[in-house]
Amino acid sequence: MGCVGSTEPSMKFDIDRAYRLNDRVALRPEPFGALAYHYGNRRLNFLRAHDLVTVIESLAEHETVRSAFDAAGIAGPRRPAFEKALASLAESDFLVAT
Amino acid sequence: MSLTDDMKAGLQAPICLTWELTYACNLQCVHCLSSSGRRDPRELTTTEAEAVIDEIQRMQVFYVNIGGGEPTIRPDFWHLIDYCVDHDVGVKFSTNGSRIDPRVARELARSDYVDIQISIDGADAATNDHVRGEGSFATALTAMDHLADADFGEFKISVVMTRHNIGQLDQFADLAHRYGAQLRLTRFRPSGRGAATWHELHPSDQQQRDLYHWLLDRPDVLTGDSFFHLSALGEALPGLNLCGAGRVVCLVDPVGDVYACPFVLHDDFKAGNVRDEGGFERVWRNSELFAGLREPQSAGACASCGEFDACQGGCMAAKFFTGIPLDGPDPECVNGYGEELVAAAAGATRPLVGADHSRPSPVKFLGRR
Ligand code: SF4
Ligand code: SF4
Repeated sequence: MGCVGSTEPSMKFDIDRAYRLNDRVALRPEPFGALAYHYGNRRLNFLRAHDLVTVIESLAEHETVRSAFDAAGIAGPRRPAFEKALASLAESDFLVAT
Repeated sequence: MSLTDDMKAGLQAPICLTWELTYACNLQCVHCLSSSGRRDPRELTTTEAEAVIDEIQRMQVFYVNIGGGEPTIRPDFWHLIDYCVDHDVGVKFSTNGSRIDPRVARELARSDYVDIQISIDGADAATNDHVRGEGSFATALTAMDHLADADFGEFKISVVMTRHNIGQLDQFADLAHRYGAQLRLTRFRPSGRGAATWHELHPSDQQQRDLYHWLLDRPDVLTGDSFFHLSALGEALPGLNLCGAGRVVCLVDPVGDVYACPFVLHDDFKAGNVRDEGGFERVWRNSELFAGLREPQSAGACASCGEFDACQGGCMAAKFFTGIPLDGPDPECVNGYGEELVAAAAGATRPLVGADHSRPSPVKFLGRR
């Protein structure tokens, strides 16, 4: 456990690491993308882009988030937005580092 | 498109599915939204209830809010809870606490997927029992003691906001804090027996304002997003500010009828029955009623109001049962537009409440206090 002020690298979302969807999270396809539900913390997340869902589902097959982005063609200005979305999902335990 | 627009267009399955398991209840609260009391002989059998759970598992409705009546009265209640949990359907159930004894509390504490909501409507026995019946406050507190003793963790204390208890907000917060519980405050709508007691019990304009400010200061207090009509007072309250009826919300009643929301138990808002061919899924996805509710709605009389974006014209159920047109203002519109209409509608034929299961003994309302 680092001190409160430190940014412990292992805790921070890192697009050069591998992540996958938490086993306790289920995705439900919706017209706008998908609804993600975490059975453990009972939180609900709206994934409001179809390729965001694609990326999340493909995470387990990639060594890094970056390569999942590349494979799904997430480039340019969309990348920071996607990175932010994934970071917040990781923070709320929807994604886990592997 | 905003998230609100996505929600308005409807989802593949509800987010907030309420399932009332029985109309039977040992209490006779004067504001009961479902006019419960006696069991209905047509209530779903255990097998039919299991089929509903199978179906909502398939549709990925991740959790259900179970209520009644008093759901624990059903002899198969605990079985159905287990069945839900075994089928990836989380459960939150509402109870008056009468059946939560030490053994049940220990049993419940063992599951991660079951959440409990104990209802009280006053922070002391006098205020609570006035609405929920004599002894009901003590019963609820005993249930909370049992849950605390069993280390259940964070259960919910659920309160319907009325003229008599809004002054007790801090006391409710203290009570929840003492039990390590989460406080949940919801809006009182004129549904079920609440239609007859609404004029007596609904909060005053000033009380609505007090509540609004109190809630803004306490974002951790749950509200089921039920006070969105108060967002017209300024800063929006957190949550989804829209009427979710038939879009993200619906009700399955004890006989399997599917309504647009738990507060509109009336034929006009009945979309079908889970026993019909195609089951719940067909009703949710294809019923005419729900398709209509997912169409863009007109702002009607509220169109000229600067607060419409925040308030969305308020609650459909509240309008319907007070005789206000559905595209009119909420009866508790913070700008006062609803009041005149309620007054005008009084005396006119108001819609009758559907499916009444009150016990024959007349509900005794203790009058003004
Ligand atoms: S007039 Fe309509 S939109 Fe405006 S505050 Fe009243 S109910 Fe809400
Ligand atoms: S009718 Fe009222 S209670 Fe029902 S979903 Fe709409 S706003 Fe909520």
